Amino acid sequence: MSWTEHAPILIIAAPLLVSFAIPLLEKIDYRVRNAAAVLSLAFSVWMVLIVLHKIWGSGPVVYVFGAKSAFLPLPSGFKFPVRIMLEIDNMSAFMALSGSIAAMVGVIYSWAFVREEEGGLGKYYSLFLLMAVGMLGMELTGDAFNFFVFLEIASIASFGLIAYRREDPASIEASFKYMIVSTIGAIFVLVAIGFLYGRYDALNMAYIAKHMRIGIVERIAFVLLMVSLAMKAGAVPMHMWVSDAYGRAPAAVTATLVSVSQASLYGLFRVMFSMFGVTMNNHFGGWMLIIFGLLSMFIGVTMAIVQKDIKRLMAYHAISQTGYMLLGVGVGLAVLDNPVALRSYGLAAMTGGIFHIMNHAMYKGLLFLTAGAIFYRLRTFNLNEMGGLARKMKYTTIYFIIGAAAIAGLPPFNGFASKLMIYESVYKFNPLLSVVAMVVSILTLASFVKVFHSAFLGPEISKTRDVREVPKSMVIGMGIMAVICILFGLFPGMVVKYLAGPAAVSLANQTGYISSVIGGGM
Amino acid sequence: MKPMSKIVRTVAASIGWFVFVFGIYVIVHGHLTPGGGFQGGAVMATGVALLIVAYGGWGAERCVGKERLPVFESAGLLTFIILAFGGACLGITFFFNFLANKGGLFGDKLPLGINPGIFNSAGVIPLMNMGVGMEVLAGISLILFAMFYGTKRVREGRCLVDNEEKEEDV
Repeated sequence: MSWTEHAPILIIAAPLLVSFAIPLLEKIDYRVRNAAAVLSLAFSVWMVLIVLHKIWGSGPVVYVFGAKSAFLPLPSGFKFPVRIMLEIDNMSAFMALSGSIAAMVGVIYSWAFVREEEGGLGKYYSLFLLMAVGMLGMELTGDAFNFFVFLEIASIASFGLIAYRREDPASIEASFKYMIVSTIGAIFVLVAIGFLYGRYDALNMAYIAKHMRIGIVERIAFVLLMVSLAMKAGAVPMHMWVSDAYGRAPAAVTATLVSVSQASLYGLFRVMFSMFGVTMNNHFGGWMLIIFGLLSMFIGVTMAIVQKDIKRLMAYHAISQTGYMLLGVGVGLAVLDNPVALRSYGLAAMTGGIFHIMNHAMYKGLLFLTAGAIFYRLRTFNLNEMGGLARKMKYTTIYFIIGAAAIAGLPPFNGFASKLMIYESVYKFNPLLSVVAMVVSILTLASFVKVFHSAFLGPEISKTRDVREVPKSMVIGMGIMAVICILFGLFPGMVVKYLAGPAAVSLANQTGYISSVIGGGM
Repeated sequence: MKPMSKIVRTVAASIGWFVFVFGIYVIVHGHLTPGGGFQGGAVMATGVALLIVAYGGWGAERCVGKERLPVFESAGLLTFIILAFGGACLGITFFFNFLANKGGLFGDKLPLGINPGIFNSAGVIPLMNMGVGMEVLAGISLILFAMFYGTKRVREGRCLVDNEEKEEDV
């Protein structure tokens, strides 16, 4: 057995080790500390690719902690899984790929963006890596309680990071608001898992799914999980924390925080498809997702149009784009029990929604990073105090154009590919939903034209006279995301074939998820 | 926070040791009795709280050696994760208990049935408890010091006087 046997756990363990070592590495030199943080996340990306390769070869990968062998979910003759395990199918690996790339870019960008004289950088990098660990753990785990633990790790690390710029009272307020809302949500998750544990004496998601019998307890658990995870994902009407938290966190953190919210979105999908699936009334679940999606899309974008603060504006767009994912996957869930409809448009809608997750992580991350680049030079988020930046910051301008075109769904960028898939497939389910999605896309374009015009075009104003391009590490960080945006836009067929398509199939395939842990034996 | 009277300080100095020893007891017996790393570390941190109350924040800071606490915290966490990596490095799995039932450190085999509790057993679990205990002691102590720095007297710079007072008093 080669060392790649341990690749699943190394995705999480490598950043965790470096995160704990950072206070010591910091004593050597700040460059050692930053390089260790970047390398640990680059290592995670590499490990995700190895795991992905394994999944293409031989189906879902299981990694059991502390057992005699990593691939033995039922050790020593037990009839049910007692150990903590990671269970990675195409969907988990897809999310982990998107999340680990976003986190790596965030750390690279932080190198120059967060200045040494701001202080507390050791804690900043420690928390950043812990946030990445929490996010990756949520996406890879096959154990319901572990999901809660990683959810808390990611949340608590992000409270600290949102309030990193303490001199701004608004960031303390944003962090406090997020802390209250998110802790209440996490308690809901814990209560729901407690209900399920009480009923089935197990915490393994596959085992619970296999023995699921719908009763009043399961209904309560379902509703609690759905509401709290949709809240953590930032869906309307539980979206009030998003604009503050995204708007006030340092830009590198915000770009990763988008992916952390998507880990909750993944949890929501995992619960609805793999744990409850068709045993629960999937029309109800699917329509709830669609309604959350429609509300998020429309309310998010209309709130965004009136904003003057560039990061708040982008934060409302993040809410709006989450709506597309909920809409696409919700349509898939609503037709899950109808094989004909599922084949003809349900899977395509899910693929579009899932593809949109990674696209969103990339272009929204890129947009937040460009907003951070503007803030780095101008120290303001107010659109009225910007102008003529295209003359001074050429890389940032190009990256902004790429990000804005991708979020508005213009070809040849990645947002176009996933949005087109959603429009086409959702149209077959219900034409009205598709119309709303298109209108929202047009409003998104309008809003970003406004930002582009007021920040980058026009004559230079007195405030922007001495502005220069941002340092190299920020340019590289933004560049990685921009390249991914363009590549995914130019070759959407490849991405759908190898990443998003298999992810949608594995999400819809509940029996496959169960049998990879418990086997067909029971 | 002002240092309290001489009586309180003397009592705190003698009782503080019992608190620390009890905390260490809870940590190292974590695999046999109720408690463990987190609980024991929290007990030890109450000892630090006692010092802060009795001697004032600055006095306690000198006594505990606050600049060492982040290193302590990191060392505890690293102990934990490196022990977890140990299983993977031996080619078995992450978190595999590679010391249990092997003889040597914490490696005694447990007899079946009721027994009074064998201290030298459970493999890496006691070592992990110690790591967690170190981390929790340092972490909670740092939180207590942060709370002390947040008090009104410190923020207004009035607390420096306490320091001088203490100097003459001792």
